[in-house]
Amino acid sequence: MPLYHDEDQAMLADSAAQFMSEEGAIAKQLRHWRDTGCKDGFGHDLWKQFAEMGFTGILVGEDDGGMGMGNVEAGIVLEQIGRNLTPSPFLTSSVMAATALNNGSAELRGRYVPGLLSGDSVFAVAIDEGAKHRPEQIATKAEKSGNGFKLSGQKDFVIHGASADMIVVAARTSGADNDADGITLFAVPKDATGLDQEAVKLVDSSVATHMKLDGVELDGDAVIGEVDGGREVLNKVLNAGRIGAAAEGCGVAGGAMDMTVDYLKQRKQFGKLIGEFQALQHRAAHLYSEVEIARAVTIKAGQLLDGGSEQADLMVSVAKAKVAKAAGLAVKEGVQMHGGIGMTDEYDIGLYMKRDRALQEFLGDAYYHAERVAQLSGY
Amino acid sequence: MADLDTFREETRAWLEANCPAEMRQPVRDEEDVYWGGRKATFKNDAQKAWFDACVEKGYTVPAWPKEYGGAGLSAAEAKILRQEMAAINARPPLSSFGIWMLGPALLQFGTEGQKQRFLNEIARGEIRWCQGYSEPGSGSDLVSMQTFGEDKGDHWQVSGQKIWTSYADQADWIFCLVRTDKANKYQGITFMLFDMESEGVTTKPILLISGNSPFCETFFDEVSVPKSYGDDCPGQVGEVNRGWDVAKYLLGHEREMISGAGGGGLTSAIGAAMQRHAHKDGGQLDPILRADLAMFDVDALAYAAMGEKFLDEMKAGKGHPAQPNMMKYVGTELNKRRHELMMSAGGSRSLEWESEETSGGKPSRNWLRTKANSIEGGTSEVMLNVVSKRILDLPGA
Repeated sequence: MPLYHDEDQAMLADSAAQFMSEEGAIAKQLRHWRDTGCKDGFGHDLWKQFAEMGFTGILVGEDDGGMGMGNVEAGIVLEQIGRNLTPSPFLTSSVMAATALNNGSAELRGRYVPGLLSGDSVFAVAIDEGAKHRPEQIATKAEKSGNGFKLSGQKDFVIHGASADMIVVAARTSGADNDADGITLFAVPKDATGLDQEAVKLVDSSVATHMKLDGVELDGDAVIGEVDGGREVLNKVLNAGRIGAAAEGCGVAGGAMDMTVDYLKQRKQFGKLIGEFQALQHRAAHLYSEVEIARAVTIKAGQLLDGGSEQADLMVSVAKAKVAKAAGLAVKEGVQMHGGIGMTDEYDIGLYMKRDRALQEFLGDAYYHAERVAQLSGY
Repeated sequence: MADLDTFREETRAWLEANCPAEMRQPVRDEEDVYWGGRKATFKNDAQKAWFDACVEKGYTVPAWPKEYGGAGLSAAEAKILRQEMAAINARPPLSSFGIWMLGPALLQFGTEGQKQRFLNEIARGEIRWCQGYSEPGSGSDLVSMQTFGEDKGDHWQVSGQKIWTSYADQADWIFCLVRTDKANKYQGITFMLFDMESEGVTTKPILLISGNSPFCETFFDEVSVPKSYGDDCPGQVGEVNRGWDVAKYLLGHEREMISGAGGGGLTSAIGAAMQRHAHKDGGQLDPILRADLAMFDVDALAYAAMGEKFLDEMKAGKGHPAQPNMMKYVGTELNKRRHELMMSAGGSRSLEWESEETSGGKPSRNWLRTKANSIEGGTSEVMLNVVSKRILDLPGA
């Protein structure tokens, strides 16, 4: 499979680009919801429009009414989301929760998928249990209770948790805190008794929660996949989420870079366009190289993941780490090259910097994934 | 798709039958590479057997048309062959500037007569070519070159000096940029082909910081270059005075080649290998070095994906025409970083200059060699200039 978009993918990219730059534009969505103090941090009307475009069910199987596409296609939509900083629950709902549900029972899919397809439902995923991403260590407990389970513990960085109708929660049904096995995934409804969430606004104006599970009682049919066999599904959810976040990061990087290169062609100092200065040209050209490479490895990793390759775990981590470095460079150079106005709220470049920072942290930063690359490579 | 699957099966079987075990090891140094030419000798029987089998099959230049010594493979088939060769670590059967540079130029600009003669000679490894571009006063600013060819009717009389001519002392023929019009900077250069045994050609190897001498100074003292080598076989590629077009095209290829040499297999992940070396030495990687290696591996594996994308796009005519400049810049910088890390991981052992254990100081000599990667074929700074002007469309000089 060549590492560029085929015709269908190019069409999807065109329609996603047009939709996101019009409906999902910064002024219309991110700034609007931020400045009106929206509790969700995104607009439900836009989410409905996502559904009309078919985006919400992009990873859902065709038998369940979805588009049956892969992570490469989801990445195409996410790149445009990143480029326009469009706030939406797409990554947590349509990529991560959808991947979990694809591994769940028909009954569970029947309960949750229709709402996703119509854009009526929003889903979140609760994995982290501290300020850093450490999915190897899951302490939240799920004990057998009657026909079901009782969940106790706490989760952090649950993006869209407060807006979600259902939250996929990773909990331990057996073993010690850092065992690979003994994990089970649960579909927890928002109104479950004992579920308590404290919403916090983040630097990029998205909203996450600190979640407390105080003996949350769930029926056995809330289990996604097999009891004690959740690690495999969790890995799928993580891979999908990570490559999705990488694709979104490519969009953030590309958007910040284009805005910056445009600025170099407009701003005059010392009687010249600042883009004439070689000191800036070389930095811009270096940035271009890094962003191109980040995009290449993101497509590569997406293809490997969709193809079920053994290399997928490694290359998804390479992609997440590489995008973090490239996008981090794009937003830092972006603010610096914009000079004083880069520090103002009025100008959008700073919004890219904030989004990048949140995205870097989501599902593991460059350090986490470089460490994982070393481990998966055998050192 | 079925055809390609069949091709893959056949290729795998052919490689199994024809690629000797000795040729399925990574290339360690120049001696493991067969360069061909009138003065060439094979290092061992396996190298010869592998070379002969590939010549027979057209696999020294798989993507070239069959009538010019290739196998006429499609882009997809050539990719499969590369993948299958990589899978068994098969060495290239023949390496040469003829394959990498003159061949592509002739395929693009040559006459039928030139293709018939020169491409077949290259494919069969009969003639080893070198490249005459840089001059002492013309490095990054190549177009200022002065070597002059005076029109003498049926031939040119060429005088001047080239520098950084790779293996000029071992090459049979040269493709050479010669000024044929002093009044016209860009449209006054001719891309000439001539025999290095011609009267008036001398070469002098240049001793480098690595202690090796892969490059030469090449002097031309009234060398007579024929305007024709026979029917439909002129002595220059492209038109007279339009050699800069060929040169520019070839510089693109050189940048791809250098980025390829720095990319792909060579810059794939190295952390695991460095850890094994450390263990052999009874130790562990320093934690901070291990971290640097992990960050390097991220960049190297990502660049390998970029290399694949770059080739796919080139073949489909989708890539930006200036993209090889970006590849060259990143690939060579990465290769330098790779060797810095290997030196650090190797410790004092990698400082040894002449020991048997290091095969005559391979680690340090190779490390020093890589410093030229970002200078030859256009410096990193020139690459960044080109990217900023041609891709980012930034203004100014």
